[in-house]
Amino acid sequence: MKAKIHVTLKQGILDPQGKAIEHALDSLGFKNAVNVRVGKYMELEVKETDKAKAEAQVKSMCEKLLANTIIEEYRYELQ
Amino acid sequence: MKIGVLVFPGSNCDHDCQHVFEQVLAQTVTMIWHKETTVSGLDAIIIPGGFSYGDYLRTGAIARFSPVMHAVKEFAQNGGLVMGICNGFQILLEAGLLPGAMLRNRSLHFVCKDVHVRVENAATPFTGGCRPGQVLKIPIAHADGNYYTDPVTLAGLQANAQVVFRYCTPEGKVTVEANPNGSLDNIAGIRNAEGNVLGMMPHPERSAEELLGNVDGRLILMSLVESLKQNRLKMVGSG
Repeated sequence: MKAKIHVTLKQGILDPQGKAIEHALDSLGFKNAVNVRVGKYMELEVKETDKAKAEAQVKSMCEKLLANTIIEEYRYELQ
Repeated sequence: MKIGVLVFPGSNCDHDCQHVFEQVLAQTVTMIWHKETTVSGLDAIIIPGGFSYGDYLRTGAIARFSPVMHAVKEFAQNGGLVMGICNGFQILLEAGLLPGAMLRNRSLHFVCKDVHVRVENAATPFTGGCRPGQVLKIPIAHADGNYYTDPVTLAGLQANAQVVFRYCTPEGKVTVEANPNGSLDNIAGIRNAEGNVLGMMPHPERSAEELLGNVDGRLILMSLVESLKQNRLKMVGSG
């Protein structure tokens, strides 16, 4: 199964990259663009056909390595 | 004393640490490749600065899974002194040996300059040679030194005197302007609750020789060596 994983900084945690991009968008004239948050996108394949088992593994990967849950949150889709 | 210096792919301050402990402080140094699974016979372990694994994913995130880190954890759990400098601090955070995490610098810049830090706790094995409140000038060089933790953990760090160094002005005032990276509470270095693991962003090994024009960092490394000697004396004394 293919997993698409998004990792972003938790709400409320300052995202300096997001802020810098927001300022750049603003100076380009995109005045309506606010609250820019930068994150990571990862794709991987799990050698597993059972969706529940694959999901358990992806969740564990996120908790142990792919996200640092002190500062980041994650979400994923399985296909 | 026998000091172990860890070497990860991408470590780049490992030889600086080796040089200072050997040539300046006259100690024995063993370089430990990250694939090693044991760290026997050491008095202290230094996790040096650099860009372990290219800082991929997050700083320190991959290095914490290196085989040697199991041995380091065990060493720390048995009371061994472990000191992480810069990337070493980031690895200790990712490994859970110290609480919290590092965010990108507030300015987004890689900041490489001398900063001043105030010794907030001079009663640690790493700061015994410092006066309480002493201001040290030590260089930093990092892009991710913006220390973050949740309010409860921060309150615990403060209450247990686990904040060892804070960024300050040359006069010792802890101000927003003196904070080079946006670090919570101007934190530059913390220790664990037990007191045997220290992480700090400034590089004491880069300020340990008169030739380099600054010896403030030597105080920290010397304190480490002195505390090891004291421990050994105590052990001999108690038979």
